[in-house]
Amino acid sequence: MASVRTEQAGPRARRRAQDPNVPVVEFRDVSKVYGGGSVGLDGATMQIQRGEFVFLVGPTGCGKSTCIRLLMKEIEPSKGELFIAGRELGGMPRSRVPYMRRNIGVVFQDYKLLPNRTVYDNVAYSLQVIGESRQEIRRKVPDILRLVGLSTKLHNYPDELSGGEQQRVSIARAFVNHPPLLLADEPTGNLDPETSIGIMQLIYRINRAGTTVVVATHDSQMVDKMRRRVVELREGRIVRDQLSGLYRPDESTTEFAVRLRGELGVGDEGHPN
Amino acid sequence: MPFTFFLREALRGLKRSSAPALAALLTVLLTALVLGVFIPIVQATTGTANEVRSRVVADVYIKDAATKSQQDELKQSLEDTSGVKSVEYISKTEALERAQEKNPKAFKEGAELLGANPLPASFRVTPEDPDKLDSIVATINQSAQPAMDEVRNREEDTDKILSATGLVKALTAGLAALLVFASIALIANTIRLSLFARRREVEVMKLVGATNWFIRWPFVIEGVIVGFFGGLLAVLLLIIAKQTFIDPLSDRFALLAGPDTIDFPLLIVVLMFASIAVSAIGSGITLRRFLRV
Repeated sequence: MASVRTEQAGPRARRRAQDPNVPVVEFRDVSKVYGGGSVGLDGATMQIQRGEFVFLVGPTGCGKSTCIRLLMKEIEPSKGELFIAGRELGGMPRSRVPYMRRNIGVVFQDYKLLPNRTVYDNVAYSLQVIGESRQEIRRKVPDILRLVGLSTKLHNYPDELSGGEQQRVSIARAFVNHPPLLLADEPTGNLDPETSIGIMQLIYRINRAGTTVVVATHDSQMVDKMRRRVVELREGRIVRDQLSGLYRPDESTTEFAVRLRGELGVGDEGHPN
Repeated sequence: MPFTFFLREALRGLKRSSAPALAALLTVLLTALVLGVFIPIVQATTGTANEVRSRVVADVYIKDAATKSQQDELKQSLEDTSGVKSVEYISKTEALERAQEKNPKAFKEGAELLGANPLPASFRVTPEDPDKLDSIVATINQSAQPAMDEVRNREEDTDKILSATGLVKALTAGLAALLVFASIALIANTIRLSLFARRREVEVMKLVGATNWFIRWPFVIEGVIVGFFGGLLAVLLLIIAKQTFIDPLSDRFALLAGPDTIDFPLLIVVLMFASIAVSAIGSGITLRRFLRV
């Protein structure tokens, strides 16, 4: 039954993925309760359109990382449906998950670089393990390292780089295949403000090239400066969804939520783009 | 390209957890060695036992007073009994000669002492299937031929030999099973340590969308390399042992070369196959338990 459904959905989903009006990411009343009973996400509903730059903000434990992990299909939602490019993640067979992940780049606060490999090898490794040919690797890796501004440090090991440079390597690794969606979980969490700006600039540049970007952060300065769409989470609930917003709204969140509900209809129809 | 990548990753993993890999290798070596020594030994003992079994006969003693026609009738009835392969007549003189051959002192002196031949004439009955001897003896006993004195079979001796070989077989099988288990456990442990040492790599692989088998192959290859070299060393040791000890002996004593055993090349193939299978199973168990991808 399930397989029949996915087969039928196959070509349609592909058509929908090419349709610019299909949101790249869609949460439909998604909840996640962890084993211990702690709530990761509570009835979240939102849409992220192609080419958008979205900040997920909120205090620690509000569900930002849960969102990222749900999108990677590292964890399954307890309730609700999650779509990436019009494709429902819950019905996706496990064997398809790796291929889905190849279309998503991820960047983490702790970089997750391999310490015993050079910058070049770290990026090349991510291509090797998805079976890229050596020729392609030799073409793509220097290109992407030039893009992130590390072409002079190809043969350095991660521990010889500064934090900002390490994060650039991790962005290079996430973006080397030019995925349509880039997720960043606290990408500037370990970096000083000056370096953070450089990293954000890089992510913004990637966004301007057409990639949809979701950044989970609690770097309020950065959010305020960038003036992009802000989705605020609190205890797993979306309490604010604002175009070109600030980290903290001027009004109280409760007031804001009331206003927002009135304006956007609880985000059911997304937001006007 | 993927294969060289897998191989490089596997070797990298072995280098990092070389101590447990060595322990696993030695266990595999020991397992293969034990199997390599005991397979031929078990085969030889089984071969001997079967040979003894094939010589299982029943002796039907003939009354001294029986007439010629009664004897012929008895012979005919023995030959007609189902399951009997052959019936051989042993006269009194023949019986004495055979007995004297086996135990010259007792029978030579005894016969002289008695002044007469104490041994009866007999028919030696060879069954087609040694296992059926019992029922044949029972049938013969029931027939109650007038010339027949007593039926005896030599099954007891065979039973002893068979139970001895059975014990050897069971012990060997037990030892082999224990060693196979130890090999699997140690290889599983090696792979687990290797998995732990490379958890970051595994994490990154999952992150960038490597398929499950792409992640698993290097670990499987790692285990198989350990198994392969363990088996190879065992085979080399066996070849050396064979050439230094067995071959000179079998030249001098025909006995050792006697029983049919497994061909040496076939034995090598079996051992290599077993080593590699054991290590693949060990890796598989670990990956199943600790690498939920």
